[in-house]
Amino acid sequence: MTALPPEISGWFDARGWDIHPHQREMLALSDQPCQLLIAPTGGGKTMAGFLPTLAELSDGAHQGLHTLYVSPLKALAADIKRNLTGPIDEMGLPIRVEDRTGDTPSSRKRRQRADPPHILLTTPESLALLISYEDAHRTFAGLQRVIVDEIHALAESKRGDQLMLALSRLSALRPSLRRVGLSATVEDPQAVARILAKNPDPCSVLQADPGPDPDIRMLTTEAPPPWSGGGGKYAMEAVLEQVKAHNTTLIFHNTRAQAEIFFHHLWLANEDQIPIGIHHGALAREQRERVEQAMVNGQLKAIVCTGSLDLGIDWGDVDLVIQVGAPKNVKRLVQRIGRANHRYNAPSKALIVPANRFEVIECVAALQAVRERTLDGDIDHSGPLDVLCQHILIRACAGPFTADDLFAEVRTAGAYADLPRATFDRCLEFAATGGYALRAYDQWQRLVEKDGIYHLRDPRATARIRMNIGTIVDADKMAVRLQKSRGGKPLGEVEEYFASMLRKGDTFLIGGEIVRFEGMREMVVEVARTPYLKPKIATFMGTKFATSTQLSDRILAMFRKDDWPELPNHTRDWLRLQREVSRLPERDRLLVETFPHDGREHLVAYGFAGRNAQQTLGLLLTQRMEEQGLNPMGFVSTDYATLIWGLDQIRDVAPLFHRENLMATMETWLSDNAVMKRTFKGSAIIAGLVDRSLPGGKRKSGRQATFSTDILYDTLRKYDPDHVMLEITRNEAMRGLVDFGRIEEMLDRIGDRIDHTALSRVTPLAAPLFLEPGRIPIQGMANERLLQDEATRLMETAGLKVE
Amino acid sequence: MNGLPVIFQDQSLVALASGALWWPSERTLVVSDLHLGKAERMVRRGGPMLPPYEIAETLDRLVGECEATGAKRVICLGDSFDDLAAAEATAEAVAARLSPAMAGRHWVWIEGNHDPGPVALGGDHLGELRIGPLNFRHIAGQGAQGEISGHYHPKAQVVARGRTLSRPCFLMDSARMILPAFGTYTGGLRSTDPTLSGLMDLDATAILLARPPVRIPMPRAGTGPA
Repeated sequence: MTALPPEISGWFDARGWDIHPHQREMLALSDQPCQLLIAPTGGGKTMAGFLPTLAELSDGAHQGLHTLYVSPLKALAADIKRNLTGPIDEMGLPIRVEDRTGDTPSSRKRRQRADPPHILLTTPESLALLISYEDAHRTFAGLQRVIVDEIHALAESKRGDQLMLALSRLSALRPSLRRVGLSATVEDPQAVARILAKNPDPCSVLQADPGPDPDIRMLTTEAPPPWSGGGGKYAMEAVLEQVKAHNTTLIFHNTRAQAEIFFHHLWLANEDQIPIGIHHGALAREQRERVEQAMVNGQLKAIVCTGSLDLGIDWGDVDLVIQVGAPKNVKRLVQRIGRANHRYNAPSKALIVPANRFEVIECVAALQAVRERTLDGDIDHSGPLDVLCQHILIRACAGPFTADDLFAEVRTAGAYADLPRATFDRCLEFAATGGYALRAYDQWQRLVEKDGIYHLRDPRATARIRMNIGTIVDADKMAVRLQKSRGGKPLGEVEEYFASMLRKGDTFLIGGEIVRFEGMREMVVEVARTPYLKPKIATFMGTKFATSTQLSDRILAMFRKDDWPELPNHTRDWLRLQREVSRLPERDRLLVETFPHDGREHLVAYGFAGRNAQQTLGLLLTQRMEEQGLNPMGFVSTDYATLIWGLDQIRDVAPLFHRENLMATMETWLSDNAVMKRTFKGSAIIAGLVDRSLPGGKRKSGRQATFSTDILYDTLRKYDPDHVMLEITRNEAMRGLVDFGRIEEMLDRIGDRIDHTALSRVTPLAAPLFLEPGRIPIQGMANERLLQDEATRLMETAGLKVE
Repeated sequence: MNGLPVIFQDQSLVALASGALWWPSERTLVVSDLHLGKAERMVRRGGPMLPPYEIAETLDRLVGECEATGAKRVICLGDSFDDLAAAEATAEAVAARLSPAMAGRHWVWIEGNHDPGPVALGGDHLGELRIGPLNFRHIAGQGAQGEISGHYHPKAQVVARGRTLSRPCFLMDSARMILPAFGTYTGGLRSTDPTLSGLMDLDATAILLARPPVRIPMPRAGTGPA
């Protein structure tokens, strides 16, 4: 229990402020080893976290570092520094606060290690670097508390795993270290608490008053949403009306490409020249900062953005959040809505714009979930081994260690609590010798063991290990600049993959502008402005989130009802017609429809397993069909279904979905697959098998020293198939891009209950699948026209009205 | 045989999909830049510990080509070993895998910039070798005629139906030919690099390793991907 010293209580009194109940409670329980505070945005969460620190430091007696604050964003660390320094100065407390991120000058970083401030604000990566130094025990000598902010954003990511491993190291250095987690609303606070606490310490969970229910509605428009696709172009006018009626509006999109397209159309419709900006992670920093500044100054009425604005930075007077496209995940929706206002006890206001007809259903389901305060609780997280391999190397940089000590230490991190010793030993062996069956490097081992103590063979290796710290593996990016004789204005960046597909004259959207590709010069994409052309769709950075299990289940539950008064008429009629013509999918059964169309045979499997898993299902089914001579020709997947077309009618559907058959196909398919190679690359970089590429796209000129990790993958598979990196890759892929877990989940719930409906024509629910653009974007006006005609024809065939 | 026949200096040659060059009338097989022991050298210098199987992988492919072509003579165009220390450290492993293939064949090691000294393996060790109109050396020289070299590890890019394919390649014009690297752990230098564009005539072509290999006008500096 920490009493509040008069300087601090006086400061509150002087402003006529009350200390929030949860702030008082945090203070009362501040001597506990672990505390998790769940509070909505604007609830004084940060102050609640820091109050005990300020109280403990108020007498000026403490020497050295007292509290470490870790946040997922650099910008957040800087923001907190400002927000903390003000009150500290006003209270007249003898407390030094500094931040330390990738942007901090190296001279100050060195000084901070020898002479740390009382409060150090940092990021997981900078902390990992700090614990890798031999003098870490001196830097952290006085450390009492560590505060992890926005822990909900870290809990399920590799950055979070790295952070928790770093905390396990800190707790070993400072056994009395107290941990504090600050989190936005989550479904399962206990799961977050388990990740935060030093295993097996208990963790007390404080729930702040969640405030009034958010005011969330679906945006109703005169025009019904289209049958397929994304972007929400149809709602442009209605969105503009909303922007005019509010002070500041954030308009969220699920992908950068959609944000770009929407912004473009918004400006075309923006006859009143309302000031609207765009903000996403692929834009050049200068451009992002300009938008951020304009936002803080209140110069913008609206910002079109992506998740880059998701975390708790205060951007001023936002009074409306618009989410375009189904939110895919209820938790993300609620956190985004939290952005809408930072005024405690005032309801947040948000509108959802479904991008197509199916998303209408998804939105209604998501709104129900929000009203019932059930969020997605998908935290089932065991610590990934590539992150552990990196941590072992980081530990080795700091000095000699024994395997027993490090194993015990690692197991105190919640995500690694159940790590088997044999698995740990394999990771240690990998870090030490490469872990190859062929013992080629005995003379050059990275870690050498002597009398049970491991140490780095060559101390110079520390520089390389430190350079590779971090768990974010970015795709190689290329800068985009306007073409000028001496390097034009930077516009942003695109993935190298996207850039390599461009041909001279191709057009794409970036920063809300349409540009024409002119050529490449020294890893820079040079473009020119072209205001009058229609862009080739921006496919860069198209991360598509899969719909969460919870949301899928809600939709399936809705389908069971007799009628749907909560749905708009156009969507309600659609579902009614599907029930009449075929049937609606159910949670514990699998609906498979087959029908001829356009001279081809089609099969639709309504698995509701999320986009990645449906994609994998499509690959597995088509491969199986290929083997059986059923001539599949292609497939397309959405979050809820996979549509396969081919030459032959599928008469016996059930065997295709037998678990053994799918598993067998999976085995052969997995082994040689681009998804595996991509996954391998990421894990190989994190685990320290290969070096990170240099930042800023710098390459050695002349003969290349780097080569493709695909070759390493193939070589390992051929000569060392049991190598630990291949095991890591497999596990990663299964729960990541391949998402086999969701397929298994689906097989579990459907059992052998497969309903095959053979029909003579396209069904209402299947019709939109034909319009899914898939991976290849629609190009030019002719395609546009074809698509329109085809859409009309499809809808009429299915007995649906076309607007 | 998986290869593309070409005429160079009035000689019929075959660019093989493996990156080797086959000269049927002389029963001669040419490979370049094996970089044996590269993984070992990287580890020795404190670099990443790559899978130590590249010697086995590279030599298995080389022995395979020797047998498939029935070559009587094999010319390695230099940088056969990643450096001298790698040559020494890996000599045993290399000898065990290569000796059977070297027996009964005239084996020529051309010196490279990575491995200028002698190695403990049999065969001739030469700076350059001339056979008829063809001159074999490691690095291309100015104004050469009928020159066959390696060193640059050329690669080239093609965009086909929205997909970018990047492959190691042979570069050739009327005067010279540059071979791709045969070694498993070897990166490449894009043909659009000014060094390569400056070296090759404007009518140069690139033969991309594929099954079978494909020949295209050499993508050059300033033209972007083809």
